[in-house]
Amino acid sequence: MTEHPLLEVKGLKVYYRTPIGTVKAVDDVEFTVKRNEIFGIAGESGCGKSTLATALLRLNKPPCYIVSGKILFDGVNLLDLDEEELRRVRWKDLSIIPQASMNALNPCMRIGDQIIDAITAHENTTKEEAKERVRDLLRSVGLSEDVARMYPHELSGGMKQRAIIAMSIALKPKLLIADEPTTALDVNVQRVVLQTLVDVKQMMGASLMIITHNMAVLAEVVDRLAIMYAGKIVEIGDVYDLFKDPLHPYSKGLISALPSIEKKKRIRGIPGYPPNLLDPPTGCRFYPRCPLRKKLKKSDKDKCKLEEPTLREVEPGRLVACHFAHAGA
Amino acid sequence: MGEPYLLDVKHLTKIYPTGIIGRKHIVAVDDVSFNLPGDKSIITALAGESGSGKTTIAKIVLGLLKPTSGEVLYKGKNIFKMSKKEFFNYRKEVQAIFQDPYGTYNPFYKVNRILELPIKKFGLASSKSEVKKMIAESLMTVGLSPEEVLGKYPHELSGGQRQRIMLARVFLLKPRLIIADEPVSMLDASLRAEVLDVFQKFRAEFGISSLYITHDLSVAYYLSDNILILYRGKVVEMGDIDAVVKTPAHPYTQALIKSIPIPNPEKRWRERLKLDLESFRLTEVRSGCAFYDRCPKAMEVCAKNKPEMVEIEKNHYVSCHLYT
Repeated sequence: MTEHPLLEVKGLKVYYRTPIGTVKAVDDVEFTVKRNEIFGIAGESGCGKSTLATALLRLNKPPCYIVSGKILFDGVNLLDLDEEELRRVRWKDLSIIPQASMNALNPCMRIGDQIIDAITAHENTTKEEAKERVRDLLRSVGLSEDVARMYPHELSGGMKQRAIIAMSIALKPKLLIADEPTTALDVNVQRVVLQTLVDVKQMMGASLMIITHNMAVLAEVVDRLAIMYAGKIVEIGDVYDLFKDPLHPYSKGLISALPSIEKKKRIRGIPGYPPNLLDPPTGCRFYPRCPLRKKLKKSDKDKCKLEEPTLREVEPGRLVACHFAHAGA
Repeated sequence: MGEPYLLDVKHLTKIYPTGIIGRKHIVAVDDVSFNLPGDKSIITALAGESGSGKTTIAKIVLGLLKPTSGEVLYKGKNIFKMSKKEFFNYRKEVQAIFQDPYGTYNPFYKVNRILELPIKKFGLASSKSEVKKMIAESLMTVGLSPEEVLGKYPHELSGGQRQRIMLARVFLLKPRLIIADEPVSMLDASLRAEVLDVFQKFRAEFGISSLYITHDLSVAYYLSDNILILYRGKVVEMGDIDAVVKTPAHPYTQALIKSIPIPNPEKRWRERLKLDLESFRLTEVRSGCAFYDRCPKAMEVCAKNKPEMVEIEKNHYVSCHLYT
């Protein structure tokens, strides 16, 4: 049934229950990932993007709970599945590269054996077949076959990250989620890793979701992106439109805060800092830092303070969660 | 040459012994020379990827590490041969800012303490009210209001505020030079601009120079006047920031600049990057150019001789056989 988008997230709430209160890390998040696209999620530290990534595969652990919402993957709500059904979906259909996972390779096991483990845990294949597949996988991420016999400490950071990519696509998932795939890598290596991700996505005809704080990386590779702030998505749109004409004041601020070697322009930060998610402000969560608020009338200010803006479509494919952002404004 | 250089680094080399009983060596810094002028204040960026030796250079310049060979001259004096009194003064005039604004604080003390200590240590104020005034002044210089931060514990402040308090602490001492090691790399993009602005303000209004260490060339381009590009402990290219970024001469710098992601989807990477990353070897001291095994333009001479630094245009130097 190809009418379904590949991934459809609806009203997802993921909270941490702590002794001092509930942290609303992901609060009422909605987005879709289409087939064969690269979707990016951008946000600064603490905005809930990694919590969102782990929750999509229900890998969250207490005190982190999925409170409500739907995660429709190919039309099936992952939140309705039992553990065994879910285990079959993970890796095979929906694969994740968690943050810093290249440091989580088993140091005592050869790379090849670690990939074989992943394959045999999900499929009935002989060891010989699996070995053959490992060779193909390593080649597809641009590594030599010899890497299969190496231990993690023999590889550089970029090679480890590509070995992880090889492992994550071993079962040809339909969606690959990469959480901060290039953080802590040098720029040349970062570029090679991004190239590799895009290559394997093309090769498998899958979709790719990249979660990162690095807006420049997203500008280079994604088709569409969502911007998160304080547990909420504030804007979604085509990457070209969004960078050219950001509508939400936070997206605007974030984009104008980026230094670039393209041209020397003054960058401006966003004064203030993100709210504490234990006790987020009522109404719009960006209101305390919003540059628009000086221009607003008193009644409009009250609206921002009291009424939480929801994501609404202002142009086809362009969604923004702000009471006063308009297309073309 | 009336005015001596503010900082003059000459043939700095640092070799770390590794392996069992130190039989192998890692050359972390290899014959690095550069200087900062004494007659004007500038921001010089020291850029390179991880393991290129940037932090080792910072530590040596701060006097925290001894070089294997070479010297660091501050206003014409070798910092490792200074008298106690001279070195005390050096430590006042040259201040450090480190990467982690979360780790530099003692969580048990309020932030006031970190501002009061240097005043006490260097005897800058004679009365309590003067201390208060000095602190308020320096906080305002870095764009913080004293009421907002004083009396708080470090965990109550954001990363940007903490890093700006470190800058306020540095400012109390009215240094001539700041050595900043990746001061914004742990901060979110929206908070970086305010910290970077402080460095520019220091230079323009108070004549404080900075040696700004970073792996992020976009930040270096935004902030600095001059840049040094390090590769495996060697300076491969240096000079005016616009010249180096816009017309890079060394093949390494060229590859580096091409790989920097630009926050503009209209300017995406077009061709594929082909760099032989697998041949990365860190340790051995070789006779030729350090970039030889990865260089797309490598020639025979590159394997044999180390390239000399040559000036290809005014204030633009490159160390590559293509230009000799």
